[in-house]
Amino acid sequence: MTSDSTSPLGEALELRRETAEARETGPRARPAEVLQEHIVEIVSDSGEGAQRCGQSLAAIAARSGNGIWTVEIIPAEIQPPPRSIAGASGNRVRMASDRVTNVGDEADLVVAFNEQVLLSRLRTGEVKPGASIIIDNCWANDPDPEIARAYEKVRAEIRVGGYRLYEVPMEAECQKLVPDPRRGKNMFVLGMLCAIYSLDAALARDQVRFTFAKKDQKIIDANIELLDAGRAWAEANLDLRYKIPAPPVTEPQVVMNGNAALALGVVASGMEVCAMYPITPATSASHYLSAVFEKVGCVVHQAEDEIAACTFAIGASYAGKCAVTITSGPGLALKQEAIGLAVMSEIPLVVIDVQRGGPSTGLPTKVEQGDLMSAVFGSHGDAPKVVMAASSIEDCFYSVITARKIAETFNMVVVILSDAALSTAQQPYPRPQFNADWLAPPVDQSTVPEDALPYDWDERTGIMTRFIPGQPNGMHCLTGLAHDRGSHVAYDPEINEEGLLNRSRKLAALQTTLRLAPVFGDDDGDLLLIGWGSTKGAIEEAVTRLRAEGHRVSSLHLKYLQPMASGIDTVMRRFDKVMTIENNWNDPPDDPLISPDNRRYSSLATMLRARWLVDVDCWGTARGQPLKPAAIKAAALAKLGKA
Amino acid sequence: MTASMSQCLLQMVRTDYTMSDYQSEIAPRWCAGCGDNAILAAMQRLCRDEQLPPEKTVCVSGIGCASRLPHYMNAYGFHGIHGRALPVAEGIKIRRPDLQVFVTTGDGDCCSIGAAHWIHAVRYNMNMTLLLHDNEVYGLTKKQASPTSPKGLKSNTTPFGATLNALNPLTVTLGITNVSFVAQAVDWIPDLLYDIVSKAYHHKGFSFIRILQRCPNFMEHRFDDYVRDPSSTRILTHGNGLRLKPELSRVYKNQQTHDPLDLAEALTLARLEDEIPVGILYNDPSVPCYDELRAGERPSTPALVETVLNEEFDKVGIWPATAAASGSGA
Repeated sequence: MTSDSTSPLGEALELRRETAEARETGPRARPAEVLQEHIVEIVSDSGEGAQRCGQSLAAIAARSGNGIWTVEIIPAEIQPPPRSIAGASGNRVRMASDRVTNVGDEADLVVAFNEQVLLSRLRTGEVKPGASIIIDNCWANDPDPEIARAYEKVRAEIRVGGYRLYEVPMEAECQKLVPDPRRGKNMFVLGMLCAIYSLDAALARDQVRFTFAKKDQKIIDANIELLDAGRAWAEANLDLRYKIPAPPVTEPQVVMNGNAALALGVVASGMEVCAMYPITPATSASHYLSAVFEKVGCVVHQAEDEIAACTFAIGASYAGKCAVTITSGPGLALKQEAIGLAVMSEIPLVVIDVQRGGPSTGLPTKVEQGDLMSAVFGSHGDAPKVVMAASSIEDCFYSVITARKIAETFNMVVVILSDAALSTAQQPYPRPQFNADWLAPPVDQSTVPEDALPYDWDERTGIMTRFIPGQPNGMHCLTGLAHDRGSHVAYDPEINEEGLLNRSRKLAALQTTLRLAPVFGDDDGDLLLIGWGSTKGAIEEAVTRLRAEGHRVSSLHLKYLQPMASGIDTVMRRFDKVMTIENNWNDPPDDPLISPDNRRYSSLATMLRARWLVDVDCWGTARGQPLKPAAIKAAALAKLGKA
Repeated sequence: MTASMSQCLLQMVRTDYTMSDYQSEIAPRWCAGCGDNAILAAMQRLCRDEQLPPEKTVCVSGIGCASRLPHYMNAYGFHGIHGRALPVAEGIKIRRPDLQVFVTTGDGDCCSIGAAHWIHAVRYNMNMTLLLHDNEVYGLTKKQASPTSPKGLKSNTTPFGATLNALNPLTVTLGITNVSFVAQAVDWIPDLLYDIVSKAYHHKGFSFIRILQRCPNFMEHRFDDYVRDPSSTRILTHGNGLRLKPELSRVYKNQQTHDPLDLAEALTLARLEDEIPVGILYNDPSVPCYDELRAGERPSTPALVETVLNEEFDKVGIWPATAAASGSGA
């Protein structure tokens, strides 16, 4: 590799670095402010690489030992018009001394490549009052007077808003190094951010090398030059200097997003077939799986549609090991008839649903916990299936392993609910240690005993031992029609109810093995918050803040939504008030048309009220955004009458 | 040595299956005179002649009269949901090359609700045989027009006559990328039906057989003229295709030598209006099969899973401080 100092660019950089070091001792030099945590957002037009910048920053911070949580800021279109509010693309990175479990509240620092994408963050209330804003000043003197005017207008708005504005000649500085600054600004900004957060320069260069590992050496060198230039410029010109102390890393960790964790979970579970159809925000799990699954001799099949994906997986499960299909809400809706077939014929199947805003096409790239009801109650008739939700990136990985085991032990459909808040969020977690018990046992091809029946339901558990094609003596015709123990079509009322009973029994049998997670906070108090899925981190952070202020608030997080573990009612009854926190719709009780007689509750609240006969209230929003700890805290205070 | 070894093993495997070994304990419940009975007989005869172990034979179906066939076979059967027999069959086959997969489906199941899967199954060209029982009407739901119903057919949903021209399953199939085997049979010439099913079975890839099938209840007399007048049936023969037995040849004199690799001529034959072409319209064994293309290069083992997982973890690994500098992965 060409070292910086031997190229003319490198020499220029050295010079700039020296200048920067000289300035360090000058009036601008000041010690870094020590922080517990900070939230930074990097936004650009789509294609300018703000996402890569954010992900790289998070990776560098994580490797330094910081807790991190990243969220992608995604435009719904692939090529939205440049310099548009709707086109903002980038990342939010929350960095802290301790573990981070959620997206946090408002941003402390925003780096914007133009003023319009910045507006998208300001208008949605994502930026903290008084926050620092770094913006490319190239627009101020844009030859197009309209652009210059637009920039000036936003600049005025920022000043009036009381933000600390830093106008940085990003484009001009990058132009000194690369012909097309649009393709290099992101690494310049990464360098600036590494300086601002006092992150190790060698670690940053390593990360850039890793990010561009598949590219030509010239491209790697150019990006490292940009990185170093950004760092040098920030050190010389910006008075922003922070240090988020991190404890040393003591155990190996991995950092990835929820969809990558789901994909690796599929590999680790021993499933061998994944059938899918592209759908946002689930698809990136299949992208990742497609890249690794064949290495372990397995198949990702992109089917012609969602129904084919589900029935393909059912066929693969029927003739072998449990298979998986990965989808999002609209796809789950399309699969429901096939899911009913798997329930009726008792074929194991794992369905992963990375939820997004609905109904219909809804908010394809945004988060909502909107599919709980369709996961639990979907398909016609009585179709009992297991539904579990992943609450963290790590949980995405292990949920798949557990789901496969349950599916194959009980010959049931297991739905795993993740969502758009987890799918692209990155978080480090302890590196999993492979365990051969995770994997599925080999497919049974032994001879079936004479007179054994394909649906020989065990009266105690409802479980039958399925016969797999290839097993001599096991021939039978599996059917989605009502059937008897011999798999013969049967319309007899008693036989129909025998099947219903045994399929339902399996859920009860599984339920007896479930253990409720411990309450977060005290076991009793004034208010219990109950959540499920991706909101866990935000809820627990809100509870921590409330308890620090002396409020008697605790939380309970449910992993299994169907069936639910015993003891939930006991916990609920130890609190004066109970409220679910969900990222889905509920009718506002203060709406003039809404009364207790017609109020529609959030999904989990509805289910808890029905099962446990406890007056469970709910709070949540369906704004397409992850729930924030501050908002949850405010809702809890309101419920306590202390707002 | 290996030859004698495998012969020994062959001796241990049952090789004396009879027709009754493929008959389930359930008697077919199709109407008297229903063409499905002939298709079932052809299937069972094929299994016997090929000595297919019943446990290695899987019949997959959707919903409809035709889709009841798996219940009457002593084999593994999968009677699933309407229109989805093909993706189920593909899922079965993808990891199980040892299983012989047959799909039995009707004109509603395949050409209407399952049409998307039909197109893609042809394109996947997986090793399996599809038997399209085409009676040109919905039977199980009691006479509604199907996509292959002739224009003008009076049915419960078309009391004034079907509005549209019938969809031609042969031309559709012949037009799909990767098509590798297309044949047409009729239920009333059982020997030819059997010969065609047998050719389809031996074809490497996805074989599509449209079987014109009489429905005595809802399409009574639909094929009477053809049954009565053998000259209205054009038998396609070829050295690489069907070879007509002399006794059939005497009756069915309307014959044409047709090279099954001639796609243009196959399309012309598929469009015949006054005659029914019977035989192999198209057969190209060189088309790649999706199940073979996607077969893993190595079997999945715990050791392999562990290795690959660790490789992936390494790429995104964070290591304790001492190793931090070297730990940025590959």
